[in-house]
Amino acid sequence: MGGGITLEHFLVLGLILFLLGAYCVLTRRNAIGILLGIELMLNAANINYLAFAFFGGARYDGQIFAIFVIMLAAAEAVIGLAVILAIYQNLRTIDVDATETLSG
Amino acid sequence: MLLTWFPILVTLAVAALVVGGMVTINRLTGPRRPSKIKGEEFECGNPPTGQAWGRFSVHFYLTALLFVVFDVEVIFLYPWAVELRHLGMFGLVEALIFIGILTVGLVYAWQRGALDWN
Amino acid sequence: MTQFNWSLINFAWLPILPLIVVAVGAMGVLLAGVQVDDEDSGALGILTIALLVFAAVLSLLLFGGRPSVAFSGALAAGGYTAYFDLLVLFAAAMTALMSVEYAADQGLAGAEYYALLMFAALGMMLMAAGDDLIVIFLGLETMSIAIYALAGFMRHDPRSNEAALKYFLLGAFSTGFLLYGIAFIYGATGSIKLEPIEAALSRPATDNALLLAGVGLLLIGFGFKIAAVPFHMWAPDAYEGAPTPVTAFMAVGVKAAAFAAFVRIFMVHLGPLGPQWTMVLWVMAGLTMTVGNLAALVQTNIKRMLAYSAIAHAGYILVGMTAAAAPRAGGAILYYLLGYAFTNLGAFTVVVALERRGAIHDNLADYRGLAARHPFLAAAMALFMLSLAGVPPLAGFFGKFYIFSAALDAHLLWLTIIAVINSVISAYYYLSVLIAMYVREGGVEPAALRTRPALIATLVIAAAGTVAIGLFPQPYITSAAGAFVSALGNAPHHHVVLSR
Repeated sequence: MGGGITLEHFLVLGLILFLLGAYCVLTRRNAIGILLGIELMLNAANINYLAFAFFGGARYDGQIFAIFVIMLAAAEAVIGLAVILAIYQNLRTIDVDATETLSG
Repeated sequence: MLLTWFPILVTLAVAALVVGGMVTINRLTGPRRPSKIKGEEFECGNPPTGQAWGRFSVHFYLTALLFVVFDVEVIFLYPWAVELRHLGMFGLVEALIFIGILTVGLVYAWQRGALDWN
Repeated sequence: MTQFNWSLINFAWLPILPLIVVAVGAMGVLLAGVQVDDEDSGALGILTIALLVFAAVLSLLLFGGRPSVAFSGALAAGGYTAYFDLLVLFAAAMTALMSVEYAADQGLAGAEYYALLMFAALGMMLMAAGDDLIVIFLGLETMSIAIYALAGFMRHDPRSNEAALKYFLLGAFSTGFLLYGIAFIYGATGSIKLEPIEAALSRPATDNALLLAGVGLLLIGFGFKIAAVPFHMWAPDAYEGAPTPVTAFMAVGVKAAAFAAFVRIFMVHLGPLGPQWTMVLWVMAGLTMTVGNLAALVQTNIKRMLAYSAIAHAGYILVGMTAAAAPRAGGAILYYLLGYAFTNLGAFTVVVALERRGAIHDNLADYRGLAARHPFLAAAMALFMLSLAGVPPLAGFFGKFYIFSAALDAHLLWLTIIAVINSVISAYYYLSVLIAMYVREGGVEPAALRTRPALIATLVIAAAGTVAIGLFPQPYITSAAGAFVSALGNAPHHHVVLSR
């Protein structure tokens, strides 16, 4: 199936995407940029779910999980943007380093 | 081969006919008074050009946030649609409960005035 | 046409009745709030408490029930689920009770606040009940998203904004690890239900590298949620900036729910992998206790101090998990969480009592001379600090006692020694609060308590529980141990152990 494309190909793709997302989260100072990185990580997990569902014996669980992850990504984006918007209204910036009003 | 793709061919033909017909009828019968504003590109009611970092109304965010949630929730209906016959009445009741919960969210947003533009 | 397919609704309604009450109640409060002025939100608070208590009564009825599964194995019912349901509902009701006057004073819009509180409680109950990684994950996210919003509820306060942002960004980051980990476990075992996952562990065909990668990522994800070192950096800022009742709920409810799922996954179902993950937990527990306590020593803000204290207590509970090999460990953890809930809710209620709109008064210096002005408040705070420090015969003492005994049962001598040393260190900063209240002079005059009956009620309940659970630990430790055994009962292969 899939013309020589194996499970490993998908796992490597997922890993690359996950690492890119994590790198983005750790290096960005802009809150929206961090949010983008997190979305990449969630989608990396999704690729793994679908790959395991396709190549493994259990057909549905992984696909259903992927749907839940898509829904979660949307819900998290919404709550994240709402939080970022509230910060922007108060501080006029969304740079996470500029929001240091709490000590530490 | 042809037989399996025939319905698609029919769909394409009907689509082309309907769209082509509408455009032609418009062109033949409609009044034509072009103006500068009418000639502009249409961009959802916004001014079509300007600074990339220009500000726009906070209402857009609110509507967008609401849209994202309701837009994505619908994907839960796909698995139900795929297994519609097998799930029967049980699936229908479950889907109605799900849509009911979504409606509570919509009613809340509406009552709080999130849908009012002004 | 299709007949009503009865075979598909063979799930039991009864075990999820508390969940339904909280879910429908939360939606009801949300819609009712639209009709109610924000000034009258106290009534919604009372309604919320009533609904939570009703759900708790239902959970209590389910407590003695036979371990069973509902929704084709997605939800586990029985003592373990009911125990954590009760704990979570209690924490939510106490949070609502301490918020009634606070919300009015701080001008928090009411309905959304209480509705979010109930949605968070719903997520926590799902985490406790989940016998399926999807359900646990969904519960975790339902809880987290509600708590993100609650942490940032004071929209015009930059401190609250920042708390929400940090909690959200690191929480979502940890979700990424959790999901990626679950994906690997699913890939290695072919299932997302805990039962078949456990069964797959003993199959030689199971891909061990994939599985261990998944378990490791899962540990990181849970590490973030329980604020274990080195994944704790969000906690002090989130605890300090969030509205104080929300901080209390984070410290008690979120922690209890996270441990409910953590313990069920690792101690009940991943037992066969024990040697691998207890090694990691050993290090995590030691670091969490030590870093939490040492950092708490130098704090001048009481909410920050309690945040580091909460980190340290997560470390003690991790000692209990490291001792998974000891039969007593599970019950000890559950008992610890109960005593910790009463004590911490009480301590945060005192912090709420000193707060007034525009004057936060959450520095240690503000507590100076409190005993002279408000003997009742100071005595209550002293009680909670002593319990957190682990002074007998309070709830905190027996919690530590049972956990450390279990650790010794499991031959974790060095970890127990580290834990005991940490307990001694922690006494220093807990007692410094007492010294400020009883020996020093100055500080601030808290708002009159007499006009805040709900706050007094919260304090009395918390204090009574802290004393009662400590003075008469036997019924509570028995229930806790029974609840843990019932979780084992949800897993069929453990039945042998039960019937013996």
